[in-house]
Amino acid sequence: MSLTFAASDVPYMPRGVRVADDPVRGQKVLLAPEKAVALDAVGEAILARVDGAASFGAIVASLNAAFPGAPEGRIEADVQSFLAALRARIFLMVK
Amino acid sequence: MSAPPPIAMLAELTHRCPLSCPYCSNPLEMVRAKEELPTEVWVDVFAQAAALGVLQVHLSGGEPASRRDLEALVGAARKAGLYTNLITSGIGLTPLRLDALEAAGLDHIQLSMQGTRPDLADWIGGYRGGFERKIAVAREIGRRGIPLTLNAVMHRHNLDDLDATIALALDLGARRIEVACVQFHGWAVANRAQLLPTREQTEMVKRKVAAARAEYEGVMAFDFVPPDYYSDYPKACMGGWGSAGLNVTPNGTVLPCHAAETIPHLRFEKVTDRPLAEIWYESAAFNAYRGTDWLPEPCAGCERKEIDFGGCRCQAMALAGDASATDPICAKSPHRARVLAALEEVSDAPFTYRKLG
Repeated sequence: MSLTFAASDVPYMPRGVRVADDPVRGQKVLLAPEKAVALDAVGEAILARVDGAASFGAIVASLNAAFPGAPEGRIEADVQSFLAALRARIFLMVK
Repeated sequence: MSAPPPIAMLAELTHRCPLSCPYCSNPLEMVRAKEELPTEVWVDVFAQAAALGVLQVHLSGGEPASRRDLEALVGAARKAGLYTNLITSGIGLTPLRLDALEAAGLDHIQLSMQGTRPDLADWIGGYRGGFERKIAVAREIGRRGIPLTLNAVMHRHNLDDLDATIALALDLGARRIEVACVQFHGWAVANRAQLLPTREQTEMVKRKVAAARAEYEGVMAFDFVPPDYYSDYPKACMGGWGSAGLNVTPNGTVLPCHAAETIPHLRFEKVTDRPLAEIWYESAAFNAYRGTDWLPEPCAGCERKEIDFGGCRCQAMALAGDASATDPICAKSPHRARVLAALEEVSDAPFTYRKLG
């Protein structure tokens, strides 16, 4: 299957996947079946917008608004590759 | 040397199990029921683990459902902030118990699979009727939407059923499959001549897993543990000794990995005697093989030393008689001939099933 998100696709974290605080290391982590992924500021900003309601297009628009200095198209490409990697592991699904 | 905090903890709640798989990772000397840690000690260990930096707890055994307080332990682990994973044969997980486990906040279930047919699976597990019961439990897990990983333990007697194994995982709605070829620790050492795959099976499983991983991308995730006896380089066991994970046995002994007690000169400490953080950071056993300073030649001068850390200490102990030797799996090991000799030892003798001694 294609892992690429269309603008209208609504990504969500399925049961068993969640973002959690990691106070010992001072970071956020994505917790998934038998896997913990440390989130950098970019990953955290993206996943904070994955709420099961916002479409891929709305997530990108929200990030573009939050980071106005980014080159045209750069944020969309970053979000696409970040979310597609999670989708490949079924850490993200599409409604 | 300073170590990072651990990410994962394997909590072996009990060594009791209705199955008696001949490759069980439990030690030959198993802990008896009356020596098992009580509920309140495990609850405290989970809180200590979370404070230490552990993010995920794998509740295992034996069969963890053999513990009547499993539901309470899951609740305590979640309350401590841990991601809770249940590693189970499925036997004993009634709908009533699944209700309670879900209510307690269980995050994920890893279900072991001995084979795809009743005759094969029940022979390997040493438990008649086990396969049918397991499939019923798997369907119940799927109906509830609990995230499921199928852990397919593979060896000479079931590798030829790999396609059927993958199909079964898809049919059961597993989100993830582990194609885990038997590693020779614990009871598997005693059954090595019966379990070692052929070279053809080893090439086949690598090829098929790579193809299936691509075919089912986004549908089912694959993790693959190859049969390392045919490898040129050793596995990076545990991601390095005392670097990412720890294991607590049913009586509270804290180990860097589940086979570590096979290394006779190390003395392992118990959670009932010393705080978990002190054992992790300060104990002699956890510091014995940390990092790369202790490495022997040819590892010390090898460009792969930060990749595999000299391989598996327990395998070096088992095959070379020296836990600080290069893992004999490595083509550069002076003991490599012992691995090659083992590959010639094929046997159809009956299994030595796991049992309490």
